[in-house]
Amino acid sequence: MKECIIKTEKLTKIYRLPAEEIRAVRDIDLEIYQGDFIAIMGPSGSGKTTLLDSLGCLTTISSGKLIVSGKDVSRAKESELVSVRRKFISFVFQDFLLIPSLTVLENVLLPLYFARLPQDRDKIVDILKKVGLGHRINHLPKQISGGEKQRVAIARALAISPKLLLADEPTGNLDTKYAQEIFDIFKKLNQEGLTIVVTTHNPNLGSQAKRIVYIQDGRIVSKAAPSC
Amino acid sequence: MKSFGIAFKNLTRKKIRNVLTIGGVAIAVAVLVSLLGFDAGYQQGLDNDIDKLGYHLLVTAKGCPYEAATLMLKGGGGLRYMDDAVYKRITSDPRIDKITPQLVSSVYNQEGPGGRGAFALYMGIEESYIELKPWSKFKSGGWFSGENVDEAIMGYEAAEVEQRSVGDKIFIPGVEKVLTVVGIFERTGTQDDGITFIPLASAQRIFDLPGKLTGIGIKLKDIRTIAQFEEDLYNEPGIQVVSLAQVRGTILNLVSSARAMASSVALIAIFIAVIGVTNTILMSVFERTREIGMMKALGASAVDIFKIIWMETILICVIGGMLGMALAFFGSHIVERIIRQALPYTPAGKLVFIKPELLFASFVATVIMGLVSGTYPALRASLMKPIEAIRSGE
Repeated sequence: MKECIIKTEKLTKIYRLPAEEIRAVRDIDLEIYQGDFIAIMGPSGSGKTTLLDSLGCLTTISSGKLIVSGKDVSRAKESELVSVRRKFISFVFQDFLLIPSLTVLENVLLPLYFARLPQDRDKIVDILKKVGLGHRINHLPKQISGGEKQRVAIARALAISPKLLLADEPTGNLDTKYAQEIFDIFKKLNQEGLTIVVTTHNPNLGSQAKRIVYIQDGRIVSKAAPSC
Repeated sequence: MKSFGIAFKNLTRKKIRNVLTIGGVAIAVAVLVSLLGFDAGYQQGLDNDIDKLGYHLLVTAKGCPYEAATLMLKGGGGLRYMDDAVYKRITSDPRIDKITPQLVSSVYNQEGPGGRGAFALYMGIEESYIELKPWSKFKSGGWFSGENVDEAIMGYEAAEVEQRSVGDKIFIPGVEKVLTVVGIFERTGTQDDGITFIPLASAQRIFDLPGKLTGIGIKLKDIRTIAQFEEDLYNEPGIQVVSLAQVRGTILNLVSSARAMASSVALIAIFIAVIGVTNTILMSVFERTREIGMMKALGASAVDIFKIIWMETILICVIGGMLGMALAFFGSHIVERIIRQALPYTPAGKLVFIKPELLFASFVATVIMGLVSGTYPALRASLMKPIEAIRSGE
């Protein structure tokens, strides 16, 4: 039986503004298993990104439960969430967020430094080769294309050997060709056993995931998932 | 990858801004180091000058104590005259070991060295002057042939500047007198090097000051009697007694007000530099908000972020500090030249002493500067919430 990496029960995130309360996501029940490849889809403002941030322990939830690798982190403090992120979860962002003054290799080494893990250069070079950037390791981000930047961001996410890779609109800034390249890499990584959750607007790309979770007005409106 | 490497590479991003900030720190540190170096050098030079005076007390005509102090050290300044009767009265005091009368006169020479006008100093002395300064040796020639002759002994630098050697003639403008150089002193490192000495009686005759003196140098047998001796001379009309301790105090007092102003300027410069560094780093933190969010998302703790930002600030301050120290060290002769022009009296020898201890202390100060100016930006960065930081500006 596959390991349940993340389980949510009635997960709700409310943003409290001076004038109003925004229920960005509400009553989310979701299970993510080891080896899953889930696409979260929905219109703009539906709560896709907030759900991804909550699953990735980037933000505290307002109510409900969030269990990561068997540990309830629903009420965890930021310092505990940091530790969960370092061990299990990695991120890929829409606009890459590479550090311009660091080379491709140094950017990918960064999470290892933060996680206090040995900075195994050979391992990182292997990861970069896997995403097709073996020849770019000493380049600066400004010297490579948008598609290559996103591949660096994927390599950076893989550096700590995470259990779960969360990608927020990873192809939003890329043209169709580069977007498909990124999804090809995701599919390859998923076949190797990595669990991936990705938000996307693009139905062609979303349909390449194993499961699609549709979200609207902060609620899941359709999903296909086995129970834990 | 270590926080130092990340911080250092971050500094290469906004080169002009960081270079300007580093420049600001460098100037502030250079001012501070030069000032502290001057403080040490001036006191040491002054002590050295006083030691080499050879006498404990100078009796001068009543007047401004600073003029008297200048006269004592430099042999020039405000020239007031007293009768040599004073000398005759006190010379028999049994507490006196050695006593020497002197008459200083400065003459403006329009055709000075390099074609520029300059004051030349002439001092009328007796043989007792040399007895008070046993380290004064002749480089060439010797003492005057008589008590009232048209002869001169030149200090080392005076002879160098005038390009004179024994047997040459020198001309005193204004009084239209020609003297024969009979001796040249070796370098002493004191103001004596720049003076031309003539016999006291000749000086009184040439400058038309018969029976007049500008000062009487006195060395006591027992330095502990100095207070009583001064007290006894207090009632002599028309004169004042200046002791070397007073001279030191008077000059340091005078310099201390200039020093206080310069210290304030240096402190303000440091304060502005700290604010400049804080501003630069704060701007850089705001510009990198999303990056900081990304680092937090990828596992960086608040301490990790704090360390990186702090390291950047310390690097700016240390690089600026090193440049400032180098600037102060290699530019010390320029500072010396400026100080010598600005102050009426400056001791002979090196004025700005930059010792390794001073450089070490300045290095520590720049690190502290970095720590202080980096704290707020580092705190701001470390307290950012990852998701808010990443989504900012989207």
